Amino acid sequence: MAKVKGLKCRECKRPYPADPLHVCEFCFGPLEVDYDYEALRGTMTRKAIEAGPPSIWRYKALLPIEGEPAVGHHCGMTPLVKAKNLARALGVREVYAKNDTVNHPSFSFKDRVVAVAVTKALEFGFTVVACASTGNLANSVAAHAAEGGLQSFVFVPADLEQGKVLGTLIYDPTLVAVEGNYDEVNRLCSEIADKYRWAFVNINIRPYYAEGSKTFGYEVAEQLGWRAPQHIVVPAAGGSLVTKIWKGLKEFDRLGLLSGGCATRMHVAQAEGCGPIVTAIKENSEIIKPVKPKTIAKSLAIGNPADGYYAYKAVKESGGHGEHASDEEIVEGMKLLASTEGIFAETAGGVTVAAAKRLIEQGRIPKDESLVLCITGNGLKTQEAVAPALKVQLQIKPTLRSFDEAMASHGIDVTPRNAN
Amino acid sequence: MSVKVRIPTPLRGLTKGQGEVEGQGSSINELIENLEKSFGGLRDRLCDETGTVRRFINIYVNEEDIRFLQGTSTPLKPGDLVSIVPAIAGG
Repeated sequence: MAKVKGLKCRECKRPYPADPLHVCEFCFGPLEVDYDYEALRGTMTRKAIEAGPPSIWRYKALLPIEGEPAVGHHCGMTPLVKAKNLARALGVREVYAKNDTVNHPSFSFKDRVVAVAVTKALEFGFTVVACASTGNLANSVAAHAAEGGLQSFVFVPADLEQGKVLGTLIYDPTLVAVEGNYDEVNRLCSEIADKYRWAFVNINIRPYYAEGSKTFGYEVAEQLGWRAPQHIVVPAAGGSLVTKIWKGLKEFDRLGLLSGGCATRMHVAQAEGCGPIVTAIKENSEIIKPVKPKTIAKSLAIGNPADGYYAYKAVKESGGHGEHASDEEIVEGMKLLASTEGIFAETAGGVTVAAAKRLIEQGRIPKDESLVLCITGNGLKTQEAVAPALKVQLQIKPTLRSFDEAMASHGIDVTPRNAN
Repeated sequence: MSVKVRIPTPLRGLTKGQGEVEGQGSSINELIENLEKSFGGLRDRLCDETGTVRRFINIYVNEEDIRFLQGTSTPLKPGDLVSIVPAIAGG
């Protein structure tokens, strides 16, 4: 298992052993897993991948675990939906929705990172896993800890959506609601991580955890027939996902797995009320100014994004851009995706659709180029955000007459929606 | 002008393993200079060659990020708690 050489500082390149470490002792740069790509070149082939399980573990050789996966065996290989109706609504030729609303087991892309992180935590011999979370990570850590037989501590902002609270509590972790925003929760967790010897998936296990996000990019490329799309729009909170999708596509290219190379433009989507990465992209400034989040897209409400700098770099290196979405546009984006494609995404999905719409209108995503939207979490988790904007149900007596009256009084047209 | 300074794990090699030390200074800049006198090498770990606080370090004065205050010119008063925290991923 010599594929992982160790960890390496992304900034000063100092090498570290493959231990539960996350920052460089010298420059505080994040540590990243260092692979032996030469050794992988002969073994990591399209054929070998296609012969693997229908999950993220078909890419195991590019994930930093030593043995077999311990949890999350069914994670990943979510649908890449060819979104014809949405493409028509957006006025572009070719749109795909990479649909992690149905990821296993906790309905968001976070299952990818946590399956890797919890497997790694078990390899290290930890008995407790923990995380700071805006919700999706909380659900996933609690679920995978249950599967792995680990005790779990999950720290979240106290104002989280009920769906995310309940979707964590059901797995019986210790859920701690912190009276503060995510950045405050995270800071507290860094002090807790110093004090207790736990596997904090987003702190001391971060180098391993973050690698799981690469599988989002791998799957998109494999599902497109071993091609990288021309554009990908990725929602950003801490900025890790866009960074790792970009890394994943470049790894595939390096290993000779892509037809036509990797010329993908990476675009970042954030809410207006918490968009420090997109602001930096628009201002061409590699300094990410932290903000105090105020948005309905709570899963993206990280005002001080740890990987913001690298997200910025991925966008600039790939020739992409970024856009903000207002709260109203987020709700409209959620409704548009649902009403055109039958996919109910959480608020982050609304941010992605809305930002893509703006980028198309600006001509940054040309109408005749292929576009993948990263739909990262399930709408049933954030019902509060969209509830006020939905039509009310018709309530009737169990008679045909009552039904016809209700139809008439609401002016409902019975012509099928797509009959034109 | 004595303040308390929380030291993260990666820097404790320079502070003889202490997670919290006393520091002096009327601003973050002065504090860093004075910490360097007591714990040689600390300044270079916190700041790059231009003297700017490194990209992946967050400094807080009484729970507030100094980037929301006056950066490294942020004034300090006796009894303040200064925390040095590496950037953390998540979501």
